[in-house]
Amino acid sequence: MDYFFQNLINALQWGSFYAVISIGYSMVYGVLMLFNFAHGDIFMVGTYIGFGIATLLLALFSAIMPGWLIFIFTVVITMFLASFVGVFVEIVGYRPLRKAPRASAAITGLMIGIIFETGNLILLGAQRLSFPPLIKSISYNFKGIYFTNVKIMIVVISLLLMLLLHTFIQKTKWGMAMRAMSYDFLAVPLMGVSINVIAPLTFALGAGLASVAGILYGQAYPVLDPYMGVLLGWKAFVAAILGGRGSIMGAALAGYMLGFIEIFVAMVFPSTFRDLIAYSIILIILTFRPRGFFGMAHSTSLRL
Amino acid sequence: MQLKVKNLTVSYDKIKALHGISFSLNQGEIVTIIGANGAGKSTTLRAISRMLPCEANSKIEFMGEDILKYSTDKVVSKLGISHVPEGRMIFGNLTITENLTLACFARKNKNKIKKDKKWVFDLFPRLEERKDQLAGTLSGGEQQMLAVSRAYMSGKKIMLLDEPSMGLAPILMLDMFNSLKEINKLGTTILLVEQNARLALKFAQRGYVLENGNLVLKGNSKDLLKDPKVKQAYLGA
Repeated sequence: MDYFFQNLINALQWGSFYAVISIGYSMVYGVLMLFNFAHGDIFMVGTYIGFGIATLLLALFSAIMPGWLIFIFTVVITMFLASFVGVFVEIVGYRPLRKAPRASAAITGLMIGIIFETGNLILLGAQRLSFPPLIKSISYNFKGIYFTNVKIMIVVISLLLMLLLHTFIQKTKWGMAMRAMSYDFLAVPLMGVSINVIAPLTFALGAGLASVAGILYGQAYPVLDPYMGVLLGWKAFVAAILGGRGSIMGAALAGYMLGFIEIFVAMVFPSTFRDLIAYSIILIILTFRPRGFFGMAHSTSLRL
Repeated sequence: MQLKVKNLTVSYDKIKALHGISFSLNQGEIVTIIGANGAGKSTTLRAISRMLPCEANSKIEFMGEDILKYSTDKVVSKLGISHVPEGRMIFGNLTITENLTLACFARKNKNKIKKDKKWVFDLFPRLEERKDQLAGTLSGGEQQMLAVSRAYMSGKKIMLLDEPSMGLAPILMLDMFNSLKEINKLGTTILLVEQNARLALKFAQRGYVLENGNLVLKGNSKDLLKDPKVKQAYLGA
């Protein structure tokens, strides 16, 4: 039983990474009906930005600021900077292709991803970097279940971010415009809303979230390399599909589900089998539910 | 002249939908373009609100200003030309209030927005009763009310209306046109395209007849209603 709860906490932690990243795929799909295949690498870039900011802040302020305060500043500044990466990808990569076939946009995403990876390689070299720990890890033992404050923090911050995003999308006019886009993108400009505002906003939100996921990831697994976004990005993409294209709630739930399946498969089977079995399970789920959990019918014809 | 359309030519791929039509609207008028299915009525409205590109020598001017340099959202928010599109295109996943709020996206003056909202709720009390309901759950008539309200709130210099009578019971049609008259009384110019020619000509002061992408007739509504060609082709008499 202890072992189960131990794994539950791990599953929640991994689920949080997947959920926060996969929301970025879902939002963009909901608004523009395209999958931003550069999103995993935007996550990577966000993590590196977080690394840079954290290192800088530590060098400047570690004498006068506690770690948690530096952590908060790192998160806020990184989110801000990473959102520009999202905006950049939208304007340079996707905007010129808005009326092009969706396959072109998909390939563009993959290419932007490769450019980010190799660009990083050229800029920072091939050696792996180590994310500085900002929060001092403290282990707790609760009736035989071991967990750290970092794990709890990762889950809490992820849930908090998703709650904030939910409020933003439900309550603000920008959120309304995003929801309206997912229903009928042709009618949105007739409301006096520029798609050239809503699309970059969506990318900015996705990139900002991904960068926080990156910082949190860096706190749990401090090794950074330029290809770190590839596998995590693909897995988050699987979560976005599993949740139902364009459904933010679905992406979040599926992200957690992915975390659970992976961890609990590894609990039963040898860990080398983990992804093989976990993704076979997801494949089976999708066979019976190809739209995912919350996939909805669109009023406009699907473009992908 | 508030709106001047000159030599408007629009093509879908290589097929011409509009062969250089010209017409104009004066401030405060109600003008209709009648025509059969596929004559190019919706295309005309979509070209004005820049949802469709038009060909090089076309000209559309609003108060002397070239519309063609603006994108759709700016035509609505900057120039105040709103468009009730064919099929209404309301956002079914948003509530009525949210639909109306979204229509004011680019507007800054909160008091005026509030006043407008109150005004459209007075005009269509049904909408106020259902203001927190998802728009997708409304009946066809209510959706049309919402589409008109939304357009009114997004821009009120000119309202382009694409077949507002479509899918409505006759009694609702009359209600709808009476409500449109109320909007017009406040100074909004109305350009209406309709297949229901008799209704449209009774409602409008002037009319144009569109046939296969050409404007073939124009005149006062009263004269058009009496015109033998119009009678034969569009009024079923």
